[in-house]
Amino acid sequence: MNDPTVMNEPTVLLVDDEEPFVDTMTKRLSKRHLAVLKAYSGEEALLALKEDHHIDVVILDVKMPGMDGIETLKAIRKDFPLVEVIMLTGHATVETSIEGMRLGAFDYLMKPSDMDVLMDKVNAATRKKREHEDKIREARVNVILKARP
Amino acid sequence: MLRKELLQLPYYRSLALNMMATIIVVSFIPVILVGSTIYFNLYASYREKVYAHLEELVEKHRQKIDDFLGDKLADIRFLAKNLGYANLSDETFLQDTLASLQRNYHYAFVDLGVVNGSGQQVAYAGPFKLAEADYADTDWFQQAMQKAYVISDVFLGLRRMPHFIVAVKGRVNGKPWILRATIDFAIFNDLVENIRVGETGFAYILNRNGEFQTHPLIDFIPSKGCYGQLFDCDRGMDDRVSIREWEGDDGKKSIYFTALLKDKEWLLVYRQERADAFSELRRAQGIAVVIFIIGGISIIIMAFTLSIRQVDRIKEADRGKEMMNQQMIETGKLASIGELAAGIAHEINNPVAIMVEEAGWIQDLLEEEDFEQSSNLEELERALKQINTQGKRCKEITHKLLSFARKTDARLQSFSINDLIEEVIDLSEQRAKYAKVTLTTRLDEDLPAIQASPSEMQQVFLNLINNAVDALEKKGGAITVTSLRRDTQAVIEVQDNGPGIPPANLDRIFDPFYTTKPVGKGTGLGLSICYGIIKKMGGEISVQSDMDEGTTFTIALPFHKEGEEERPAGGYSCR
Repeated sequence: MNDPTVMNEPTVLLVDDEEPFVDTMTKRLSKRHLAVLKAYSGEEALLALKEDHHIDVVILDVKMPGMDGIETLKAIRKDFPLVEVIMLTGHATVETSIEGMRLGAFDYLMKPSDMDVLMDKVNAATRKKREHEDKIREARVNVILKARP
Repeated sequence: MLRKELLQLPYYRSLALNMMATIIVVSFIPVILVGSTIYFNLYASYREKVYAHLEELVEKHRQKIDDFLGDKLADIRFLAKNLGYANLSDETFLQDTLASLQRNYHYAFVDLGVVNGSGQQVAYAGPFKLAEADYADTDWFQQAMQKAYVISDVFLGLRRMPHFIVAVKGRVNGKPWILRATIDFAIFNDLVENIRVGETGFAYILNRNGEFQTHPLIDFIPSKGCYGQLFDCDRGMDDRVSIREWEGDDGKKSIYFTALLKDKEWLLVYRQERADAFSELRRAQGIAVVIFIIGGISIIIMAFTLSIRQVDRIKEADRGKEMMNQQMIETGKLASIGELAAGIAHEINNPVAIMVEEAGWIQDLLEEEDFEQSSNLEELERALKQINTQGKRCKEITHKLLSFARKTDARLQSFSINDLIEEVIDLSEQRAKYAKVTLTTRLDEDLPAIQASPSEMQQVFLNLINNAVDALEKKGGAITVTSLRRDTQAVIEVQDNGPGIPPANLDRIFDPFYTTKPVGKGTGLGLSICYGIIKKMGGEISVQSDMDEGTTFTIALPFHKEGEEERPAGGYSCR
């Protein structure tokens, strides 16, 4: 069992159709010891989640061409329920972000966001996700132990 | 002023005229119909009444005159038959008999005479010297010799005075003799002259040749011919009273009632001017016409007043509708501008976010050891800080734009009124700056939250501040927004040092569509909407203004009570 106070680097999937934004944010988050994966659309994000099972947090833009943030969020909650999602948005879609939170997003942030605030939220989301995983793992172990003769 | 404007507008003038005409026509038609019906019925019944009355009058007098003549004839016949020729031819006896007759008949008998078969008067009693008068050639004598009796026409005779004779024929020893009496013309004339009705009604008697048998009240010459052409002699001679209307030479219409007398030898004529006979009807007509004229004038005045008043209302409603349309268009424009602003703000947010992130990245890189020795490090850090600061400024501007452009949300929620005031002040600052107006706030930092719709409150304060800026625009000035606590209410004052509002306008300032701004500048809805919003939220809004000193709008809103239901408004933030 992991010690929750000594947390491994969070793995973050950054999803936004603005490539320069994604690239720069990736560099900045990596510099803060995060493992960062990039996706430029909702569809790419879902593929990345399927390929890499270590993603802790998805930072998800709401307004994107094709599959938008809300649709992507619904898909993530359905297929990867343990992954936490932080919505990233312009102010006009605050209501959408609130809806996102109702759908199970961890939190929302408005662009341009403060790096320290973002880091805090990413860390909090990661902690929540890992605690959740630990509880599930512990429950499974208990089931196995109880099942032994 | 409104009426003047109204009359200047062809559409409203035509509408007013149409309405007026309709009211007048609709009102007059029943009045005319009812009035005419009443008038004709009244005329017919009145005419019938007048004719019946006069017919009866003439009939009675005909009877009376016939009775008078009949009585006199009967008296003479009685004398002739009972006293006999021998007694009556004695003048002394004859004078006694005349005296007795005069006593009994009020001197209707003027004289008595006994005439022999040759027309020679053999005895005479009376005031005239007619002894031995010869009547052989007179009409009455000749008629009396042919018939048993005669009542003559009026004639002058030997005495040269109008009179008429009643004579009866008797026989003595196979020879005829006649007892004749002269009837007092004045008494007989009075019988006819007494028939007087109204101012122009009088009666007279004509003989068959159309000659007067009585003295008429008015001197005129009757038409020659049978009964003066007042009686159709070709028609059967019945006893009924005939009625005719003739127009005289003077153009006046007269009514003639005629009845035959004295064995159809005389015609009793009653004549009255038609206008006189119907004078009562004319008076009633006059009153009716006066009532009709007064009623007509009242109807016209009412039609004028009503139509002007109605058109005033229609015009007011049209103006209101027009303003509502204008307001709708303005609202639509504002919404479009808001949407556009929101779109632009959102699109700007993305590049700004990238810029800020890039600056952040440079900042991250500068923190690495390689750059720490650079002589330009300080300058680079200052530049990056500036990029960050300006990026955040852009973010604030776009967020305010987005916040303002968001759709109006009327849901009540608990929030800090001070934050909202500051936000509105920020939004108005630019405009105030160009209008040379300084915006100052004096806010009580410890104010509890209030329960209201933030977007509606934003609308209220924007409206009040915009109005104040409008008032100060010419000369510049200062606007102070104060918030303070008063018992269980938050009190917000928006005060300016502008020209003030005239006292006459103060009472109407919250009325819908009331505006003192130039045409096209204001719809007059702003303050009435503010009033409605504040009242809806359970608050009060009032105004106090002094000319040349300024105006203060005061809003009092209740604080949010703990435990009161609060509906989530979703992401509203006041900055």
